[in-house]
Amino acid sequence: MTETFITIFLVFMILAAVVALEARELLSTVIAVGAVGFMLSVIFLFLRAPDIAIVQIVVEILTLVILVRATISRDTHFFEDEREFFPFAINIVMIMVFLIFAFWAVKTLPRFGLNFSKVAPYYLTKGLAQTGAANIVTSVILDYRAYDTLGEATVLFTAVLGAVALLRRKAKAAENKNG
Amino acid sequence: MIYALCLTLFLVGLYGVCCKKNLVKIIIGFMIMDYAVNLFLITVGYKKSGIAPILDSTMNINYFAAKSVDPLPQALVLTAIVIGLGVTAMMVAVAIRIYEKHGTFDVTKIRKLKG
Repeated sequence: MTETFITIFLVFMILAAVVALEARELLSTVIAVGAVGFMLSVIFLFLRAPDIAIVQIVVEILTLVILVRATISRDTHFFEDEREFFPFAINIVMIMVFLIFAFWAVKTLPRFGLNFSKVAPYYLTKGLAQTGAANIVTSVILDYRAYDTLGEATVLFTAVLGAVALLRRKAKAAENKNG
Repeated sequence: MIYALCLTLFLVGLYGVCCKKNLVKIIIGFMIMDYAVNLFLITVGYKKSGIAPILDSTMNINYFAAKSVDPLPQALVLTAIVIGLGVTAMMVAVAIRIYEKHGTFDVTKIRKLKG
């Protein structure tokens, strides 16, 4: 049952992704990628990952705001000609090679729904006693792997700092021009 | 089946990164690859007819450990999603700067302009 729902949503995600990449206007591209992200959060709910679903919704909204800021009121005309043929053909060949190896690798994985992780029972049985968090995902993020979260905060802060610095230079240049 | 569909989604993103000329579409292809990888990792951690890894006061802990889905990929994907947002914001900022300098999102035209 769950598997059927996930398959249907995944097919829709792929369709929305193709629409996003092939749409003529950039704004419809951005809206289609929003559809992909929100369907992804629904799939996370089906996969029993409510925390991820919430984070995905928030992140998706922020991404949409950023992308709309980037595309709106800009030159959104359609580039009809594709790239040169030779690099395009090489790309297709590389994708095919990747596809063969990836299917080969996926075959070695356990079937869908038969998780074989050996660390999970430890966290699941001892998580409450050792960290006091009823939500095991929270106990992993904020206790067992807190240094990971610290590193994540550092990466996020650096990325935001870089983005702000990149967009800031323009504002200063405009001030100088005016003043 | 689901793994293959995740792979297809990843390939759609890869196609966007490799074969599109528009800078925004390249960024969007990157985002789609990001989604596909996150979804794949969560899917690997799923257990058939499992429950979310959140304890209830009425629940026996051994029953919970047997039924719950894997919490570890969920925790790490949570980190990866947030970092993906930061990376996307950074890329969009670079794209906006390129647009302001060259007046276009077309990568082939950007390559031809010098200085």
